[in-house]
Formats: sequence, C-alpha cells, structure tokens
Amino acid sequence: MAIASISVSETPLVLYTLRRADDALILGHRLSEWCGHAPMLEEDMALANMGLDLLGQARELYSYAAKVEGRGNDEDKFAYLRDVRQYRNLLLLEQPNGDFAQTMVRQFFYSAYADLYWRAMMKSSDATLAAIAAKSEKESAYHLRHTSEWMVRLGDGTEESHARAQAAIDHLWAFTGEMFEADASERGLIDAGISVDSASLRPQWLKTVADVVDEATLALPKNDWMQQGGRDGRHSEHLGHLLSELQSMQRTFPGAAW
Amino acid sequence: MATPNTPLWEVFIRSRNGLAHKHVGSLHASDATMALQAARDLYTRRGEGLSIWVVPSSAITASDPADKGMMFEPAESKIYRHPTFYEVPDEVGHM
Repeated sequence: MAIASISVSETPLVLYTLRRADDALILGHRLSEWCGHAPMLEEDMALANMGLDLLGQARELYSYAAKVEGRGNDEDKFAYLRDVRQYRNLLLLEQPNGDFAQTMVRQFFYSAYADLYWRAMMKSSDATLAAIAAKSEKESAYHLRHTSEWMVRLGDGTEESHARAQAAIDHLWAFTGEMFEADASERGLIDAGISVDSASLRPQWLKTVADVVDEATLALPKNDWMQQGGRDGRHSEHLGHLLSELQSMQRTFPGAAW
Repeated sequence: MATPNTPLWEVFIRSRNGLAHKHVGSLHASDATMALQAARDLYTRRGEGLSIWVVPSSAITASDPADKGMMFEPAESKIYRHPTFYEVPDEVGHM
C-alpha cells in the first residue's frame, strides 16, 4: 500500500532551506547512479565521493528545515514523502546523467556556483546556515577543482571528447540561469542578511566558468534564454522518474528501517 | 582500465606530521594532477592522510626477484648489525 505525501508549511526560511536541501539530494542521487558504471574505477570513486558530500549537505539542511518548521517532519519524510511538485531543486540538477561529459558539465556549472554561494553564506546572519556553509564550502571547492580539471581534459582531449563536452554545454546552458534567481520569499531573507543575493554571484561565476571553458578550447553559447520553474515545483519529466526510484521503498513499506 | 592514455601511478600517504610517506597502493590516471585527485578519493576518504605523493610507476627501478639470494641473503647472518644491545628512550619517538 502506498503512503500519502506529507504537507509542508513553507514559511520563507523553511522553503529556502528545502530548496538548497533538494539541490544537494537530487544532484547527490544523480551522482550515485554512476556507482559501478563510471568509465574507470578511480572516477567511480570520485563521483561517489562527491555524491556523499552532497548527501551530507542535504541531511543537515533537511534537519534544519524540520527544526524551523517544527511540525514533526524530519529529513527522511522530506526526502521520501514529498511529491514531485513539492520538490524545489534547480532543474539543472535533475537532468539525466547522459554521457560522462554531460555529468561533468552539470557538476561543473553547479560547483562553480556552489563554491561562491557557500563561501558567501558563511557570513549568513543565520548561525546554522553559516555553519553548514563553512563545511559545504570546502566540499564544493574540491568539486569545482575536480570538474574543472575534467572540463579541460574533455575539451582539449580528443575530437570525440571535445564534441561531447561541447554538446553537453550547449544542452545544459539554458538551465544555469535559475541558480541566480530570487523570488519574493527570498528577497526578505536577503534583506535580513540570512541569504546572499545569488544574482550578485553571477559575474564571478561567469568568469570562473568562461576561464575554464576557454582553457578547454570549448565555447559558451551566445543565447541567454533560460529555463525556470524548479524552485516552484515545476519540473522536467526527469524528476518524477528519479523520485519513483528514490522513494519506492518508503512508499511501498512505510517506515521500513534496517 | 589500463590504456596507453592512463598510465599507472604509485601512491604514498603521510598520515601524520613527523612520519614518512608510506606506499599505500596504485591507481590509473591520465596525468599527475588527475592522479593526485584520484589518490585523494581512493586513499584518504577515511581521514588517512595529511599529504599525498604520486609517482609514475614507470619511474621506479625495482630489484629483480631472481637476484634475491645475492641481494638479501648475505645480510641475514649478520645479527651484530641489529642494535639490540641498547635501549631507545621513549622520548625519541619514531626512529
């Protein structure tokens, strides 16, 4: 028997924290899908390591959201018992792994953002978010370094790897704009010093990304039309499939533990 | 996967300050930078290290196992080379 989804009281801080927690969980889950399938054993471990970093971030953020909400939800309920429309992650992060280049480009775009975001969030007026940021920043910095190295090797590698990396950039570019958006509910948190204004991070993000892409002999697309909707629960068709796998055990056997 | 583009590297980890780097294993990587990152992911994920060295396996010159007798047996009969007749003070630490 399937179990019903929970309801969440999305005050601005709860919503804000859930959005970042969902980012980490969904991307971490995507990386876990590579386990046993990566092109080489060494990279299999690297991808799993990054996935575990992100899972750790998700757990801390979900626990904090549960505490702020104060209605008896917890990290497991947030992860396993919310429907696709209740998920608030960036569309970029739910996109399928595709080939290795697509996974690397997705991770590179996000890590270049996350590195700046967590570093800025270390100064958050919210002590818990600042502490989570201090831990996450070191992880994101390494993810950025690792993916940057791969970007250069894929782009400046063989004809095949160059073509795949460029195709991945072209495909994922339209999902990058969402990282720098802030809606009305986040505006208040920005004014209160709880959140950084992500829009202010974009110039530095663009420089970091452009420098690496340039060194990789790749090119960024000229178009600036951007997808949006993930932050409000309007997702691509891929997230539902991801969640059906992620949640199947708890939906089928509610409260199952081992 | 061993291909001409992913040579073998030997990994050395120093677990604490004051200790020497110790050989922990090997891995495949395209170049030194990627080897260092792979070593970090493969061999320090449980907090084993403070410092990593990676060395191309091809740079190592090894003794020939067939020369074992000539190389090592002459040392076996020379017990007077073992410093067993004095005590090392605890404060000396690692020697």
